[in-house]
Amino acid sequence: MRVALFLTCINDTLYPDTGRAVVKLLTRLGVEVDFPLTQTCCGQAHYNTGYRHEAEPLAVKFSDVFREYEAIVTPSGSCGAMVRELYPRLGERARAEGRGDVLAATLAPVVPKTYELTEFLVDVVGVTDVGAYYPHTVTYHPTCHGLRSLGLGDRPRRLLQAVKGLELVDLPGAEECCGFGGTFALKNSDVSAAMGADKVRNAESTEAEVLCAADNSCLMHIGGTMTRLGVGMRPVHIAEILASTEEEPLV
Amino acid sequence: MSGTFIGMPAFPEAAREAVGNRTLRRNLRHATHTIRAKRAKAVAEVSDWAALREAGRQIKDHTLRHLDRYLVQLEESVTAAGGTVHWAADAVEANRIVAELVKATGESEVVKVKSMATQEIGLNEALEAEGIRAYETDLAELIVQLGKDRPSHILVPAIHRNRGEIRDIFRSEMGAWGRPAPEGLTDTPAELAEAARLHLREKFLRARVGISGANFMVAETGTLVVVESEGNGRMCLTLPETLISVVGIEKLVPTWRDLEVFLQTLPRSSTAERMNPYTSMWTGTTDAETADGPRTFHLVLLDNGRTDTLADQVGRQALRCIRCSACLNVCPVYERAGGHAYGSVYPGPIGAILSPQLRGTQSEIDASLPYASSLCGACYEVCPVAIDIPEVLVHLRERVVQGGPVTRAGNKVVLKPAKGHAAERAAMRAARWAFGHPGALRTGQRIASRSRRFHPRTLPGPGRAWSASRDLPPVPAEPFRDWWQRTHVTGRGAGAGSAGDQASGHDQGDGK
Repeated sequence: MRVALFLTCINDTLYPDTGRAVVKLLTRLGVEVDFPLTQTCCGQAHYNTGYRHEAEPLAVKFSDVFREYEAIVTPSGSCGAMVRELYPRLGERARAEGRGDVLAATLAPVVPKTYELTEFLVDVVGVTDVGAYYPHTVTYHPTCHGLRSLGLGDRPRRLLQAVKGLELVDLPGAEECCGFGGTFALKNSDVSAAMGADKVRNAESTEAEVLCAADNSCLMHIGGTMTRLGVGMRPVHIAEILASTEEEPLV
Repeated sequence: MSGTFIGMPAFPEAAREAVGNRTLRRNLRHATHTIRAKRAKAVAEVSDWAALREAGRQIKDHTLRHLDRYLVQLEESVTAAGGTVHWAADAVEANRIVAELVKATGESEVVKVKSMATQEIGLNEALEAEGIRAYETDLAELIVQLGKDRPSHILVPAIHRNRGEIRDIFRSEMGAWGRPAPEGLTDTPAELAEAARLHLREKFLRARVGISGANFMVAETGTLVVVESEGNGRMCLTLPETLISVVGIEKLVPTWRDLEVFLQTLPRSSTAERMNPYTSMWTGTTDAETADGPRTFHLVLLDNGRTDTLADQVGRQALRCIRCSACLNVCPVYERAGGHAYGSVYPGPIGAILSPQLRGTQSEIDASLPYASSLCGACYEVCPVAIDIPEVLVHLRERVVQGGPVTRAGNKVVLKPAKGHAAERAAMRAARWAFGHPGALRTGQRIASRSRRFHPRTLPGPGRAWSASRDLPPVPAEPFRDWWQRTHVTGRGAGAGSAGDQASGHDQGDGK
């Protein structure tokens, strides 16, 4: 199976450890993974801020880069949702604007074969125990687009529960948004910060060492709030926990 | 909409104040979390909820698609049942019609059933200007009216008030409007309700004109429906001799049978009740001397931007709304910003898509509302008529930043992009260019990595919006793509998961 890693621009630039973790994890599970170097950004920030037409060439580029692969795996719920939920909508809107079916047809091939990482592991590889070892107390925050747009359900929790040494504790108000929301974090920074602070206080109340999520953009907001509030928890992407083993533990 | 809200600052400024108000935050948190949990329980009891939601969506979409036909049918049914139908294109026309109808009765006061449509058009203020006093009889609307306040929630207009604040309002204000609050009034719910009951009872018994909205209008029978909890609405609907109902044209359903769906989904979504205590339905008038109910019935059908909204393919789904307010109760932004920040009688997620469509996106507040959301999608999940609120929000953001064709007052116009987005537009274009050229992206990443020791902890200018409350993530020594190229492409096989021989293994990026 030819599997491409769609790392996302944020992870590529700011969170290469997450990318390395995905490569390590998938390789360990016998999945041959490629990172096409021409990949950049899915266009989510453009689309969600109201610049749909600016997002279109990025979506077309995404399709050009990834269309030949059998599966496209991304460690981001929101970027995965952009492809799966919103690329078809880009096509529909272009059609409604009288621009024909070209865009819809260009984007269609990548839509069904794009998977968020935990989805790929559980549904395609068919594993929940990935042989990971992570001796820490962890609480899990389901990020909104993974939860509601992709319907990841209990997949991330099942993967975490199977990790050796990991104690998973419930996060109060888990399904409430952390307040990141892309440009929302800047445009409505006061409300965003208030939501972030509430999320951090809830996380702190669990007394877990680690707050885990499957999306680094949300973790960037939550983690930045944690250090600012002086809360000694660590935000960690689920890929890094699942990649950690007894031989090569994540420290 | 109501003049009360004209000149509102944009949402972020109004929300900043609310976020800093501890009492408001506590009141809203308590109220929304309580109703949120109750709703979830009430909905979970219904095994065919998803099917009911889909049926509600389809009934509303069908009705909206054939609204012209069903409205005419409704007019015929209401007229045949002894009522009179008036058509109002906008708030000014609706207010004028109602004022004239009241004046024709010779009365100078009216009792009101809780109604969003009359709030939307600012009816109370318009009647006041004509020398007519309108008494709100819904408990929460009464609190808002006595407190010279504005509603902050569709269903619970005084949600921003706690019991102590309500007691203080009753004590200081009730006397000026009629029967004063009893001596030694405390803040226990039973005493507060009793004070309101005594105060309102004299209004019900005296009133000769009642004004209402409606939750539903049935085209085939001409029946109007009001769903409520207190029974005060029923007093207003049955005791006065004249009843005037102001209803948005989208409140229509084709048949009596369609109510079966909404009378299940509305109470559970709004108050988390299996069934609301009072459902009043009336069809025209009763003409016999001995019969109960109003002898005269007027229905004012209100457009006020609804036909314009209907013309928009994406935005029209907002007209499915049955005003349950489940989206408000579940919204993390509403919970922290409060209802007033939305600058409209329709706050919360539904307000953020309804107000900029009914009023247009010209004002500062309306242009800011589509951004009053993190797009978390909780609103869409709970909506009993499946309005994809995030989809409409993004659509309206596009309208704000790009402009484009819209319908205003029935005419096709092309909006210009809103001012104040020039820098953002330039940034988005620059980002799109960089993302179209992987070489440029990589150069940028490398500059960021190599200069990382000099990165400040906080940012100047627009970046302050981030760094005022959050630290920046440290920039890594190298971006992932450099690591990949070093370990997987250059020299090949430097690690597991080798790139193989795909063409994509080469960086084709340099400026192409």
